[in-house]
Amino acid sequence: MMEFNLNLGSSELQTRPVRGWRSRLPRILFSPVGLIGGFICLFWIAVSLAAPLLSPFGPTEQVTPFQTPGMIAPDGRVFWLGSDHLGRDIMSRIIWGGRRVLFFSTIATGSAYAVGVSLGLVAGYFRGWIDDLVSSFANVVLSFPVLVLYVVIISTYGASGLNIVVAVTFASAPGIMRIVRGIVLDLRSRDYVASAQTRGESAAYIMFREILPNATSLLIVDACLRLGYTTITIGVLGFLGLGLPPPQPDWGGMINETRAMATFAPHMTVFPCIAISSFVLGLNLLADGLRESTLID
Amino acid sequence: MTRFILRRLMLMVLTMLVVSILTYLLLEINGYSVVVKVLGPYSTDEQRVLWLEANGYNRPVWERYLAWLGGMITGDFGQSLKYRVPVSDVLWPRLANTGILAATVFAVMVPLSIVAGVLAGMKEGGTLDRVISLFSIVTTSVPEFASSVLLAFVFILLLGWFPATSTMSNGFDPLQLVMPAMVLILFGFGYVARMMRASMAEVMQSNYVRTAILKGMPIRRVILLHALRNALIAPFTVIVLQINWLLSGVIVVEFFFAYRGFGALLLESSLTQDIFMLQACAMISVIVAVGTQTIADVGYGMLNPRVRFT
Repeated sequence: MMEFNLNLGSSELQTRPVRGWRSRLPRILFSPVGLIGGFICLFWIAVSLAAPLLSPFGPTEQVTPFQTPGMIAPDGRVFWLGSDHLGRDIMSRIIWGGRRVLFFSTIATGSAYAVGVSLGLVAGYFRGWIDDLVSSFANVVLSFPVLVLYVVIISTYGASGLNIVVAVTFASAPGIMRIVRGIVLDLRSRDYVASAQTRGESAAYIMFREILPNATSLLIVDACLRLGYTTITIGVLGFLGLGLPPPQPDWGGMINETRAMATFAPHMTVFPCIAISSFVLGLNLLADGLRESTLID
Repeated sequence: MTRFILRRLMLMVLTMLVVSILTYLLLEINGYSVVVKVLGPYSTDEQRVLWLEANGYNRPVWERYLAWLGGMITGDFGQSLKYRVPVSDVLWPRLANTGILAATVFAVMVPLSIVAGVLAGMKEGGTLDRVISLFSIVTTSVPEFASSVLLAFVFILLLGWFPATSTMSNGFDPLQLVMPAMVLILFGFGYVARMMRASMAEVMQSNYVRTAILKGMPIRRVILLHALRNALIAPFTVIVLQINWLLSGVIVVEFFFAYRGFGALLLESSLTQDIFMLQACAMISVIVAVGTQTIADVGYGMLNPRVRFT
């Protein structure tokens, strides 16, 4: 729920090429922490993609309620992580819920990036009144405590996947715009930009083909962190009862539905918590590793 | 310096005004949706028209906004639909409760994360640095609601050390404050510690620290006299802005532990469509957020003369 401030020292933008055979390997391979994070993320992505193959039960299929982990269903299938109060298999719900959470957090973060990057490029490249306008609007949105903003928007316009995407875009695009604007302000005075301007390239071409590709290494780190925040946000909204509508599972919603029974059936609540925490941890570790490896060379 | 502060204060008031317009547009502009919330979904059209007329909703938009803003400034927030009393009667005690929680969190979290950050940043890449950095990245990765569940599982269910809810129904009980505070401390700790570490590591590489070490000054004195004071400047902003983040954090934690504070009130009013309560809560949180941002800016300007007149 917080903003990480990237250190935008100009030294970070000038990356020297890695020499020798190491140059052919992705640099993330040299950071053990980043590797672990990458594996955790890949694990969850694979699980979400293969949800229909991996889950032994349907996500809303009601079998036997209150089964503890390892118990066997009447038809011989195993509740590896137990079942909830409505007899739904926890593991299947975590798998399908992960699919839903990953889908919406990626869409929401992607849409926030589309808006934020475009605004940041325009504000940083053209400067002047358009920069003032965009920047002051961003300052206003950023002065809202994020969760308050989400709660107000979602409770006013209703809880749905689309509204969550819109709310996340509205709340995170200004932060992205600020970062992109900072990078553009630094890059716009480079020689390759001047040469493109001399060639008579259009502003759009310069922004998207000359400036943006040179900003990607910093933006990827930020995107990993932000994907983590968005996942937390979707989880929190689900937890507060303002998230993706039931009965389809999502991690935050699962915790909310079952937490009242945590005193005698903690497995129903604890496993979704571990799921969301591990995914966010994976993203944060990956971001850390990526940042380190862009700084090393 | 005075000009700098004045400019920041003006900017603060301006931001609050714009935000108030935004809040107004979001919640109040559509008089019809307000009246449905006030009179309920089963009220007749006739009743609704009468209510809108009686409460001045047929005036021009700007007139309505100014009247609304006037109410917000003078603390006249209207009637709570749920509690059937003036909003301010419910709001202020709740805000005080959250103040107690927030003060506890800050009193523990700030020293703890500064010490951890300094220890980690003193020797970048050392074992202690690795351990502290990993710990802080793990604690910031676990969302507050998940750490609430996990900590409640350990400390309430397995160990039974603390009461399961923090309603404070039999007067103030410090024991009930421990769990919500612990969750917030754990989540905020990692972030502040990481910022402190980065700042400390940067200062440790500066020329004056190198000079101090080379002239034979004991390392303890170098850190306490030279490094620490400069390393504290950058995290100052982060620490003050934690108040802003705390406003979000308390919503989750107060909801989970049933603590009767401001965050729970905000959530409850949005879930029960208690519209005037929600407006008041949203405005208060914006005032706190914008106010702390101004404090952070001005304080940073005072601590770091290099940014003062920009």
